[in-house]
Amino acid sequence: MTLRRLALLPGVLALSACEGGFQSPLAPAGEQAASIHSLFWLMMAVCGFMYLLVLAGLGIGLLRARRRRSETGEPSINPADRGLTRGLVAWAALIVVGLAVLITGSFLVERTIAGARARDALEVRVTGHQWWWRIQYRDPATGAWIETANELHLPLGQTTRIALGSSDVIHSFWVPNIAQKLDLIPGRINRVDLTPTRAGWFRGQCAEFCGVQHAHMALDVKVDTPEEFARWLASQRRPATPPADPAAARGLQLVTRGQCAMCHAIRGTQAVGRAGPDLTHFGGRRSVAAGTLTMSRGAVQGWITQPQAVKPGTMMPPVALSPADADAVSRYLMDLK
Amino acid sequence: MSDPRTPAVELRTLHVSWADAPGIWGFLTTVDHKRIAARYILTVVLLLFLAGMLALDMRLQLAMPDMERMTPQLYNESFSLHGSTMLFLVSVPVMEAMAIWLVPLMLGQRALAFPRLAAFSYWLYLGGVLMLWVPHAFGITPDLGWFEYPPLSGPAYSPGHRADIWAQMITFTEVAALAASVNIAATVLKMRSPGMTLARIPLFVWAMFLASLMTIFALPAVMMVTSMLIADRLVSTQFFAAAAGGDPILFQHLFWWFGHPEVYIIFLPAAGFVSVIVETFSRRTLFGHAAVVLSMLAIAALAFGLWVHHMFAVGLPRLGNDFYTAASMAVALPAGVQIFCWIATLASGRPRFDTPLLWVLAFIVTFVIGGLSGIMTASAPLDQQVTDTYFVVAHFHYVLVGGAMFPLFGAFTYWYPKATGRMMSELWGKISFWLIVGGFNLGFFPMHILGLQGMPRRIYTYSEGMGWGPLNMVASIGSAIAVAGGVLFVANAAWSYFRGRAAGPNPWGGSTLEWAAPSPPPQHNFDAMPVVDSLTPLWTQKQELAVMTGLAVDRREVLVTSVVEATPEYRQKSPPPSIAPLLAAIAVTILFVGSIFTPWALVWGAVPVAIGLTLWFWPQRERSTTGPLRARNR
Ligand SMILES: [Cu+2]
Repeated sequence: MTLRRLALLPGVLALSACEGGFQSPLAPAGEQAASIHSLFWLMMAVCGFMYLLVLAGLGIGLLRARRRRSETGEPSINPADRGLTRGLVAWAALIVVGLAVLITGSFLVERTIAGARARDALEVRVTGHQWWWRIQYRDPATGAWIETANELHLPLGQTTRIALGSSDVIHSFWVPNIAQKLDLIPGRINRVDLTPTRAGWFRGQCAEFCGVQHAHMALDVKVDTPEEFARWLASQRRPATPPADPAAARGLQLVTRGQCAMCHAIRGTQAVGRAGPDLTHFGGRRSVAAGTLTMSRGAVQGWITQPQAVKPGTMMPPVALSPADADAVSRYLMDLK
Repeated sequence: MSDPRTPAVELRTLHVSWADAPGIWGFLTTVDHKRIAARYILTVVLLLFLAGMLALDMRLQLAMPDMERMTPQLYNESFSLHGSTMLFLVSVPVMEAMAIWLVPLMLGQRALAFPRLAAFSYWLYLGGVLMLWVPHAFGITPDLGWFEYPPLSGPAYSPGHRADIWAQMITFTEVAALAASVNIAATVLKMRSPGMTLARIPLFVWAMFLASLMTIFALPAVMMVTSMLIADRLVSTQFFAAAAGGDPILFQHLFWWFGHPEVYIIFLPAAGFVSVIVETFSRRTLFGHAAVVLSMLAIAALAFGLWVHHMFAVGLPRLGNDFYTAASMAVALPAGVQIFCWIATLASGRPRFDTPLLWVLAFIVTFVIGGLSGIMTASAPLDQQVTDTYFVVAHFHYVLVGGAMFPLFGAFTYWYPKATGRMMSELWGKISFWLIVGGFNLGFFPMHILGLQGMPRRIYTYSEGMGWGPLNMVASIGSAIAVAGGVLFVANAAWSYFRGRAAGPNPWGGSTLEWAAPSPPPQHNFDAMPVVDSLTPLWTQKQELAVMTGLAVDRREVLVTSVVEATPEYRQKSPPPSIAPLLAAIAVTILFVGSIFTPWALVWGAVPVAIGLTLWFWPQRERSTTGPLRARNR
């Protein structure tokens, strides 16, 4: 048995040493994730202790029994086991105590998460689509909804209440560093609160299997200082600025007159499609196609002309463009900051 | 029966009465529980191999970031087929197969309560296997996982027949499971050998009895829900369409109302194996027999009160979630009591470390990890971080492989000599043991960490920047080692079948009745029906077992006993072989396959089913003879 325990050791070490990345509940950057993280370590402590007890009991028991071993011995039938019975009662009591601790801890953390709801929370709507995220902010000034996609900005230290919905199948909204996941279900609105405590970029990913491109349904999350956030929201409120560069102007024409406008909206232009992501400030985002490619002109061009090669099964149809036109469209889109 | 007959003549008559027809006709018509169980087990071994290959394929795809071995579609088909096969066509059926083989022998009986129903169960199950795997050969594999949630599985988002195949396959293989469970429960209640009171029922039989009752309660829910899904798809009933007033969450409630108990339906028989093996190899009666039975009862009852813990991320009321947290964690108490009893038995006995016991030790060390990670996922807030990640993938593989498959490998090795008359090779047994157990832990332990590093399940690829590459590589290597061990295990079983050491009736010194029969047992199991007066008859009744005489030998006859005290009540004719179960199963399969294409199949398909059942139950003109039953000490 010692061998087996040794075999587990590297795993345990790796676990305690491993650092969570930008998509991990082990590196909390939000109040909700932090309280769950402390619950996690409470559970690890209690469960780890119980596991060591089981292994110790098994190890000691086998070592002692080995000495008693004899091949010829008759089986012993119903021996007096008073000591073992007492041990069983003690063990059961210990389990009950351990469970009581864990159930209480779990209950308290659940309350904390529920209690984080501030009345003046920023209101955001997130809608799941196969396979991208529609994001809408309630403008604090006018009460209108400001739409963007696949990139969520959150103000540091403030609670954002996100209303989750789905336009097609069940998805799950999960930004593990900041808060626990919650499903997006057609016909329902679920609400999750996010209170980020650390600025920077994080990543979220759809957590409920939602079809062929479930793997590529990621969400970039940026936690800004409140000032940065206000500035960012103001920039999102504005419609797209008309391009100055002639190549980009040609791109605008191609986008608004061609097939793009049937699915995509660019505020300030004639493109008002609703089936795909809003592209008004597309060039200012960090990634293309819901976290599939890093934003660059090459990536945009590749995505437009051959989306099925980048993300097989995506709803985005390929757009037939000459190399020059593709270049113009990507220039225009990159300029949409 | 006035003519005096010698024992030798009687015995020969008995053999003739219970013999199957020769050749292929005998193969198709047999109702012998051992032959049926062997078929089940061979089918399961084949499926384990196929599903294992799928798993290996997926692990290759995930071994490194941005791999392009598989298309996303193929990856989704692979995990769907892997999960559906393992959960619906391997785990539950293999436990039922073990029970169909073992229960009559452990009860000292000659047959199951409903021999033809057992044959029907197998043929129907085989229909389900073909229904899932034949379309796979034609590229129409279900691709939405093993719990195909609507609306994704509804008509709007899954056109074609993939989801139909899945739904109908589940509905009708569950008919097979239900039939097997009714059979086992009835056999345990009414067909125990004289003297086997409730307190003297072997633990595996208890476990199987409870698992069968659970199956009878749980399966209708999943058959209902898959029927609703197929109705949504075929005749637009909109049960799960939110836009039309339906509710997609209804599916999840019904599915998990079955799906959670299913875990314990698999685990309880495994706990039964462990209890039997621990007792035999510790050379002492199990410590806390009553506590273990009560724990099993508690688990069986609790299993129905905690399905919601699969739905903590759905957004149900928080107070409700807290209730299910407490209920789910409570299972740790009976499970912990069982673990204690097994360790205490080993510690106070004189254990012999043969392969079956090694499997039990590996079970304890591995399963407890799965149980503890189960406590973690039972906590509503923590689960909302780890559910649908690799943490959960690791957790349920620890429970299902560590908690059910390891005991199953042990049980297979333990009863192999009884079934074949030969021992499996200890050396190769130990090598495959270490490969499987080592490979499994190497393969699945890192997945806990991957889940905590944020890796969701069911993604076919990930980018290098996520940092999940190295641990995925370790996981893939570990899985490959475990699969190699599995192949070696099967090779050992095949080799030992021809070359293994002769076993004799009781090679391990077991205490229960099956070891009183010859190895392998004749078709009628016992030449004379044993009578027991203790829980461990082969240990306590040192001289030859007392037997009961008076059952007819010139025809198939079994003894029916009372429920509590197992006192003999009457003799009953056991149905002879028949082709009807096979015909009925074929008819039902046609009905369900047809229903994928047209709802009218349910109407015209009923005609051949009715014909099959009429043949099955065609009354036979034979009066039951009555004669005195006598207990006799030899
Ligand atoms: Cu999704």
